[in-house]
Amino acid sequence: MTTGTPTDGTPADDTPADDTPVNVSKAPSEAGGSGRPGSGAAEKGAAENGTAAPDASVATVDPRLLVRQKGFAGYLEDLLRRLRTGELGSVPVIVGLLVIGAVFQLQDSAFLSSNNLSDLFVQSAGTGLIAVGIVFVLILGEIDLSVGSVSGMSAAVLAVLNINHGMNEVLAVLLALLTGMAAGAIHGFFFARIGVPAFVVTLAGLLGWNGLMLQILGPSGTINLDDDGLVAHLTNYYFADKAAAMGLATVCVLAFLGFSLLDQRRRKAADVPSRPLSEILLRTVVLAVPAYVAAAVFNSYKGLPLAVVIFLGVVVIGDFVLRRTSYGRQVFAVGGSSEAAGRAGINVPMVRITVYAIAGTMAAVGGLFFASQINAANQSSGAGSLLMNCIAAAVIGGTSLFGGRGKTWSALLGALVIQSINSGMALLGTGSALRDMITGAVLLAAVVIDSVSRRTQKTAGRA
Amino acid sequence: MSATPVLALRGISKRFGAVQALTDVELEIHPGEVVALVGDNGAGKSTLVKAIAGVGPADEGTVEWDGEPVRIERPHDAQELGIATVYQDLALCDNLDVVGNLFLGNEIKSRTVLNEVEMERRARELLSTLSIRIPSVRVPVASLSGGQRQTVAIARSLLGEPRVVILDEPTAALGVEQTAQVLDLVERLRERELGVLLISHNMADVRAVSDRVAVLRLGRNNGTFTVSETTQEEIVSAITGASDNVVTRRNARTADNARTTEVHK
Ligand SMILES: Nc1ncnc2c1ncn2[C@@H]1O[C@H](COP(=O)(O)OP(=O)(O)OP(=O)(O)O)[C@@H](O)[C@H]1O
Ligand SMILES: [Mg+2]
Repeated sequence: MTTGTPTDGTPADDTPADDTPVNVSKAPSEAGGSGRPGSGAAEKGAAENGTAAPDASVATVDPRLLVRQKGFAGYLEDLLRRLRTGELGSVPVIVGLLVIGAVFQLQDSAFLSSNNLSDLFVQSAGTGLIAVGIVFVLILGEIDLSVGSVSGMSAAVLAVLNINHGMNEVLAVLLALLTGMAAGAIHGFFFARIGVPAFVVTLAGLLGWNGLMLQILGPSGTINLDDDGLVAHLTNYYFADKAAAMGLATVCVLAFLGFSLLDQRRRKAADVPSRPLSEILLRTVVLAVPAYVAAAVFNSYKGLPLAVVIFLGVVVIGDFVLRRTSYGRQVFAVGGSSEAAGRAGINVPMVRITVYAIAGTMAAVGGLFFASQINAANQSSGAGSLLMNCIAAAVIGGTSLFGGRGKTWSALLGALVIQSINSGMALLGTGSALRDMITGAVLLAAVVIDSVSRRTQKTAGRA
Repeated sequence: MSATPVLALRGISKRFGAVQALTDVELEIHPGEVVALVGDNGAGKSTLVKAIAGVGPADEGTVEWDGEPVRIERPHDAQELGIATVYQDLALCDNLDVVGNLFLGNEIKSRTVLNEVEMERRARELLSTLSIRIPSVRVPVASLSGGQRQTVAIARSLLGEPRVVILDEPTAALGVEQTAQVLDLVERLRERELGVLLISHNMADVRAVSDRVAVLRLGRNNGTFTVSETTQEEIVSAITGASDNVVTRRNARTADNARTTEVHK
């Protein structure tokens, strides 16, 4: 649940540091079945509040509410209850990743080798970066079908400017990104200002930008990039120093821990509920394990890939924008109810146009990564299953197709799933027919989970 | 009560296709005054509210703010002036939590980053003054009951520093205690010299808190009454249109000379 919760995952209303238990959420009746361990504490809390603070009305514990136990046991119980009520979050996709890993490893022991895993990460960056833009669009409750074509067009713009016209590569990259942004803004304009359904606008974009790309590439159809250029490095550069990967993992873990503790202190100071220390530590460990495993994997191959650093950076920045800035709040608000957002004074068309511009920019970034992988821009750039993979990545990762819910981390997780299937199938040599069928089935499973969890959340009063 | 109304509507008309929803409506709200707007279902009350709030601007007529004509074309314009509105259809974002909804469009930031802690603290404070029980200010509003949602919507309107508060049927879904709280709140707003426009079908509530009652009938003004000098029957007959009949008009005239004279029609 992304909404306004400051640190994602659980509602921030956890057991505060003092002895007053604070209710977490409405009790679905079946979840109350297991003996209602907290109810005794609830009455105690109510009694305390009755005699104490004047602001008791918010804190007064309604005896019908499930009250969370203090500390770690309470955390686990709350987690299980939320899973039961359909708040699945990233759990299905992480389980899916583990299952995929296990299945392919049994078929071919090369799958979990550090070479393969490292390559898999690098190759997922292109899809994942485009999927970050798709996440923004999905939160808005819309769709963007043009991202594949836009990514191909941007790669073509870069190749033509840099190779054919000899323009400085940095400048060419910037212009390629601007092209993507402009294409996205055009979609946004027709959708938000003219009122054409986004589906149709971006479908037109899918065709139109692909045509423009062919036009730009000219008769030769393929332009090879500079082997030693900036774009070539995007997916081929590795920080060979082992300290790089470990350092990045450490920085991430410490930053997470630091911000969590800081947040906890601020909350205590302001007398609003905060996470217990045990939960912060558990979350840090849950983050640290994959971070260090990934670092070790990279280090036992060529080192930390530049592509992974950029991808992670974009995901983190995107997450920050969505959850910590007014702009992000506006995106969620428009996705939840554009009418309510408009009445709250939000400039709804502006939000829509900028979100499509973000999607276009991210498509261009992804396009450069794909060009980097083959070190060329050609007529099939951005074609084939690319578009579907990117949308699938966002949805598989747990961003809702129904709008109003999602996070950029789903782009990372979803892209890893898609690329794992690709990579595993390539190892087994099964060809694209089976691969597409399996990817389709995984996407269907993800959408089913999304729909069912939405329904369960509704009946559990959480959606 | 000061002489210039803080908000005055002059000759407001609004049309929806074949429906003339409002015709030449006049309305004045003074600082420190509670004006009740009453009328039957479909009389045009919510349409008038939306015209004032910039959600559905009027086709004709002018809005005066402190005696100066102003243009209200977007919700933002109304907010800038200091008009806070609670809509009948509550206009909350179901996917955002209570804090997110309360501060939507008006977030507290430290530099550019949202200050969730401060928003949460103020949200709890504000909701406690409205005597509302919400499981947590971090649950999505979709999971709240109708009355809880309504209280959130009311709380929302009090956050800025409004000078005029418009409440479109604020107590329709509220329980006994919460209704009393809202009526108390309306009186507190009056004490703070705010102008309040209260829409309600509940005559007891209207008479309890308002200074004047403006009646809309079929999209037109049908009289403005001073509450202390008017009986409930007179207001009701203005709402239902029974006052159009000669006998009631005559009875009213002889029964109470102090009655306001502004009956058009
Ligand atoms: N968006 C719209 N499109 C067309 N007609 C509308 C629209 N909104 C309102 N109307 C019409 O305008 C008239 C006034 O509606 P309004 O909602 O203002 O009534 P109201 O006085 O608020 O009624 P209630 O007491 O039931 O809330 C009605 O006849 C209604 O059908
Ligand atoms: Mg109405």
